[in-house]
Amino acid sequence: MKSRGIKILMSMGAAALVMGSVVVQASPEDDRKAFQTYYVEKFPNTEFSDFNNGVYSISESFREQWESIEEFPPYETFVEEGEEEWNKPFKNGKGYSSCFGDNVSAIRPEYPRWDAQREQVVTLEGELNRCRTDNGEKALKWKRGKLAHLSAYISYEARGKKINVVIPDDPKALAAYEQGKHFFYAKRGQLNLACADCHVYQSGQHVRRELLSPGLGQASGWPVFRAKWSGKSKSGDGLGTLHRRYGGCNKQVRAKPFKAQSEQYRNLEFFHTYMSNGLEWNGPSYRK
Amino acid sequence: MKMSKWISTGAAVAGFAVAMVSSSVAMAGDIEEGKALAFSKKKGNCLGCHRIEGGAQAGDIAPPILMMKYRYPNKDELRAQIWDATAANPHSVMPPFGRHNIMTDSEIDKVTEFIYSL
Ligand code: HEC
Ligand code: HEC
Repeated sequence: MKSRGIKILMSMGAAALVMGSVVVQASPEDDRKAFQTYYVEKFPNTEFSDFNNGVYSISESFREQWESIEEFPPYETFVEEGEEEWNKPFKNGKGYSSCFGDNVSAIRPEYPRWDAQREQVVTLEGELNRCRTDNGEKALKWKRGKLAHLSAYISYEARGKKINVVIPDDPKALAAYEQGKHFFYAKRGQLNLACADCHVYQSGQHVRRELLSPGLGQASGWPVFRAKWSGKSKSGDGLGTLHRRYGGCNKQVRAKPFKAQSEQYRNLEFFHTYMSNGLEWNGPSYRK
Repeated sequence: MKMSKWISTGAAVAGFAVAMVSSSVAMAGDIEEGKALAFSKKKGNCLGCHRIEGGAQAGDIAPPILMMKYRYPNKDELRAQIWDATAANPHSVMPPFGRHNIMTDSEIDKVTEFIYSL
């Protein structure tokens, strides 16, 4: 048999979409209801409010160990570093609060958000760096380090508030939402797998011994401190942003990852977080 | 779950008889190489999703691989499933090993021999 294979790694999967997105006309609201109902029915032993705990919401055996780690969480010192960074004035004398206001606990729930003026989805990390560059400071690295610490502090302060992403009734905002949704359901990479293949259809199953978490709640607890990331860092700092994880999950299927804060990942975050509306923000969190 | 639970049926014995009369005789070396390819994380990584006898820490996404001569009396069809699972099922989560060049044609031949021997 002659191979008719494609030599390049495909970063965009074939246009073939999986079930969930066949109903193109569905409103975001319909999508969200269907998405949430799917998991609630699939995991009848999990309380809706618990889905923001990733695999630990569906596995008692993993959960015990995780709960004991969360008692003295390794991310705590980085939340403190984030607070110090927040309070450090820029060279021009201003600080982050000049962009975000003084009520830190109100910040996290505002993102991701459709910015009608700039006609794009804006994210917490994106706006933190914009605040810096607007004030003559250098942008921080996107996926780890100081920006993740800042995000950890801001998320920590907002714990317990509900996720409530708004998709405005504006064709451009809806197009961004649709793009994010398409990204989630489209097969990609040499291994030809969609986010939805692993986190919708196969969630609760194992790839080797790795349990696949439900897509519902996946965007709530960032930044995440991963034992794996900590092992890779000289200082043991295992905090990484949501877009770092997106890149990792793209690489796993041998697809070329997009850049953190690329339009693709911002639109994905828009869709992905909106799917979790009604759950509580609970970042930062620990994952193995 | 132990593999033996699945194999200890009368059908398995009959399956063996089919194997004996099968006309295409695989080289033992191919089966061994096919097994290494099937279990390799870089190549087949079939254990990611399938339980296969002789492999540890298998996932549970897909049906266990056993009695393949029954499922696929025609070896070419088995090879076709491995070459591109999405031909039979466009939504399949099984990677299209041949179509996406994850393995070469000769590697897929060897994996097919191994799977067919189970
Ligand atoms: C081959 C299977 C696979 C695919 C495809 C995949 N992931 Fe994952 N993903 C995993 C595994 C395994 C983990 C770690 C265990 C877990 O939390 O699910 C993970 C973890 C995650 C997490 C972290 C969850 C948490 O609670 O910490 C997010 C977020 C995520 N994936 C999003 C995505 C997105 C978005 C895509 C598509 C761009 C995607 N994944 C594609 C396997 C996959
Ligand atoms: C990411 C998951 C995944 C991987 C990796 C995978 N498969 Fe599969 N496989 C499946 C699923 C799911 C099915 C069920 C049918 C379908 O959806 O195509 C399947 C079906 C099969 C079947 C048909 C079984 C039957 O009884 O009908 C064979 C044979 C098979 N796979 C062989 C392999 C081989 C050989 C490899 C490695 C080279 C492999 N698979 C790797 C997911 C996988």
